[in-house]
Amino acid sequence: MNTLEFTLLIALGSFAAGFLGSLTGLGGGVVIVPLLTLVFHVDIRYAIGASLVSVIATSSGAAAAYVREGYSNIRIGMFLEIATTLGALAGALVAGILSASVIAVIFGLVLLYSAYLANRPKSESTSEGPPDRLATLFRMDGDYPTANGRQSYHVRGIPGGFSLMFLAGVLSGLLGIGSGAVKVLAMDQIMRLPFKVSTTTSNFMIGVTAAASAGIYLSRGYIDPGLVMPVMLGVLGGSLLGARVLARADTRILRVVFGVVIILLGVDMIFNGLTGRF
Amino acid sequence: MEQNVKGTSRWSDERVEEVMGKLLIAGVLLAALVVICGGAYYLILYGSTVPHYRVFHGEPSDLRDLSSILKDAIRLSSRGLIQLGVVLLIATPIARVAFSVFAFARQRDHMYVVFTLLVLGLLLYSFIGGLYQS
Repeated sequence: MNTLEFTLLIALGSFAAGFLGSLTGLGGGVVIVPLLTLVFHVDIRYAIGASLVSVIATSSGAAAAYVREGYSNIRIGMFLEIATTLGALAGALVAGILSASVIAVIFGLVLLYSAYLANRPKSESTSEGPPDRLATLFRMDGDYPTANGRQSYHVRGIPGGFSLMFLAGVLSGLLGIGSGAVKVLAMDQIMRLPFKVSTTTSNFMIGVTAAASAGIYLSRGYIDPGLVMPVMLGVLGGSLLGARVLARADTRILRVVFGVVIILLGVDMIFNGLTGRF
Repeated sequence: MEQNVKGTSRWSDERVEEVMGKLLIAGVLLAALVVICGGAYYLILYGSTVPHYRVFHGEPSDLRDLSSILKDAIRLSSRGLIQLGVVLLIATPIARVAFSVFAFARQRDHMYVVFTLLVLGLLLYSFIGGLYQS
């Protein structure tokens, strides 16, 4: 296989990953690293570098569609980005110490957890109680558009949300993923934000989090231009197309299928990591 | 008070988000365009060679730091051009955060100016520090 064929195949695989990731809301980033390492036998460090770059591209590309709708909360986003960027720097530094096998096993576990999160039944649990003291201090309470006009919401659990966001940042910097699942978990379950607000704010934060560790990966020589090119362009194209199709697609079956694929990739990553094939 | 700030300021949260969205799209499109140009050239030059990603050896030093990437890109090296696109892409969310500092300052929201400067500092530490230390 020469470089031209290799590049085209990777672009095609990345396009599919971006398309499915955007349709199912799981993000393309989680399957890029397993795809590159398990299918194309790329070294995991190059794979993580390429994945990180593609995560910045999709997050920033999708943001334009979201911001116009007025769902995201820029104050909550900016406050939590302190935690995610600190975490991302820590994760990128730790990635330089851990062996490829350990990183592969952690990656596999995160894949399994993401598949579980994505298919778990969701219950909207917005907060009805009195305003939270910290949320008032940080001016985080807001409102968002619904069918019945603008609906206001209160934020709570800020220390817990902040801590979980640090973890999301560490995983992003360590594994080259967006950690969207963990970010949404922190905002849905702990901070009690409405779904629309947490998903869009999370997407807004993913690019900044990934940018925090990308500089370190670049300086370490983990970002190879020949590999990044098809991955970045493929994932970006796929996710933009996915966002267009999303409005009129029934994604229930697709989510289950993609969930199964992610579980299989996760098990494979763990197995290969434990048997020292990375 | 919050309502009042939103109502009277030209720099309402909605307006800020709209400008941010445009900024992000412009950055991504520019980065993608540079990567496409560099990538096409790369495939013309190296398309028939054998890829080498199975074994990690790290990128050569001229593809790791900002000034060398710029030098490579200016002399139209294909790999240098792709790497310049990557640098532009990484710079896009950083530009968004820098713009937020400005926007929060216009809203006279001093607490969030400080928060945003903190994030910007961490990003620049990684981006510039990382790119020059090697």
